[in-house]
Amino acid sequence: MKKLLLVTTLFASSALLPAFAADYKIDHEGAHASINIKASHLGFSVLTGRFNKFTGTFSYDEKNISAAKVSVKVDTSSFDSNHAMRDKHVRSDDFLDVNKFAQATFISTKVTDQGNGKLAINGNFTLHGVTKPMTIDAVKVGEGSDPWGGYRLGFSGTATISMADFGFKQDYGQVDLELHIEGIRQ
Amino acid sequence: MNNAMWKNTEEKFGLISKLFHWLSAITVFSMFGVGFWMVDLTYYSQWYKTAPHWHESVGVLLFIVTILRLIWRLISFQPKAIASHSLQVKQASKIAHIGLYLLLFVLMSSGFLMSSADGRSIEVFNWFSVGGLGDLLENQEDIAGLVHEYSAYILITLSLLHGAAAVKHHLIDKDETLSRMLK
Repeated sequence: MKKLLLVTTLFASSALLPAFAADYKIDHEGAHASINIKASHLGFSVLTGRFNKFTGTFSYDEKNISAAKVSVKVDTSSFDSNHAMRDKHVRSDDFLDVNKFAQATFISTKVTDQGNGKLAINGNFTLHGVTKPMTIDAVKVGEGSDPWGGYRLGFSGTATISMADFGFKQDYGQVDLELHIEGIRQ
Repeated sequence: MNNAMWKNTEEKFGLISKLFHWLSAITVFSMFGVGFWMVDLTYYSQWYKTAPHWHESVGVLLFIVTILRLIWRLISFQPKAIASHSLQVKQASKIAHIGLYLLLFVLMSSGFLMSSADGRSIEVFNWFSVGGLGDLLENQEDIAGLVHEYSAYILITLSLLHGAAAVKHHLIDKDETLSRMLK
């Protein structure tokens, strides 16, 4: 009986632990999240595109921000820049080579509190089979109960990558990534 | 020029059929060459926009020409198969001819579905435009692109075999297979 009590207590306390750093699932079903890119078009204007399919999770606790974690998987074949022939080219082996590299991932390694809701999320970004460290400058947008009985938390973030770092056949310089992420607490 | 020159007879092809045939032949081989070359153009090439624009324009025009060609084929008299040809040769050439037409349509439709996958219409030499059907399949441009690429290789191979067979009939069998499409 004592043993059972001990086991129960252990389970109960371990069940309590995630409450400190709540786990969130990125709301891709409701499309309250987007992964967008910005690139220069020959220096004349800014071209935007996005990835329509991705999944991800994060854990976050206001009181222990350095313990936060985030992991995102992007389906590279879902690239969409509102121009079919450009999308086809970006998905081809000149760039993303989506038949070979169907997934891009970001897994955080270290999250630093910058104050005022700002975070620096360091992690490893894998794209086109190449893994490079990347820092996402994120800012918390809002947190709280939604009208449908759930609990939500959202961030915006930006990062910049150089196409040359990821071994694409064609290189048009730097690409800005812009992330808007809303998570539902699990 | 009398009426008889334009129309097909039992023995030979008329001028209209010959024009359709040779116009298609020249167009198909030029389009293959241009297509093969233009897919590797860099973004900074002055042809990057022009070559695909012309390729698409010619493709739409060839589609119209091929429809007219088939109508002409249906309403006009077809020359009889050459008597000295064996049954196998007659059957093989029939299959090859159907294959050439089918491949032409697969090639032209896949090209159209690829370029118009986002609903953008295809501009034919800034002369008229053909509206796109939009996205019928997910990542339609990728699928149609692969079909376009492979059907182009198969069509060019079959066209070369078709030409080689005509030359063989002319030089080795010394029959009128080729000459009745020329003279």
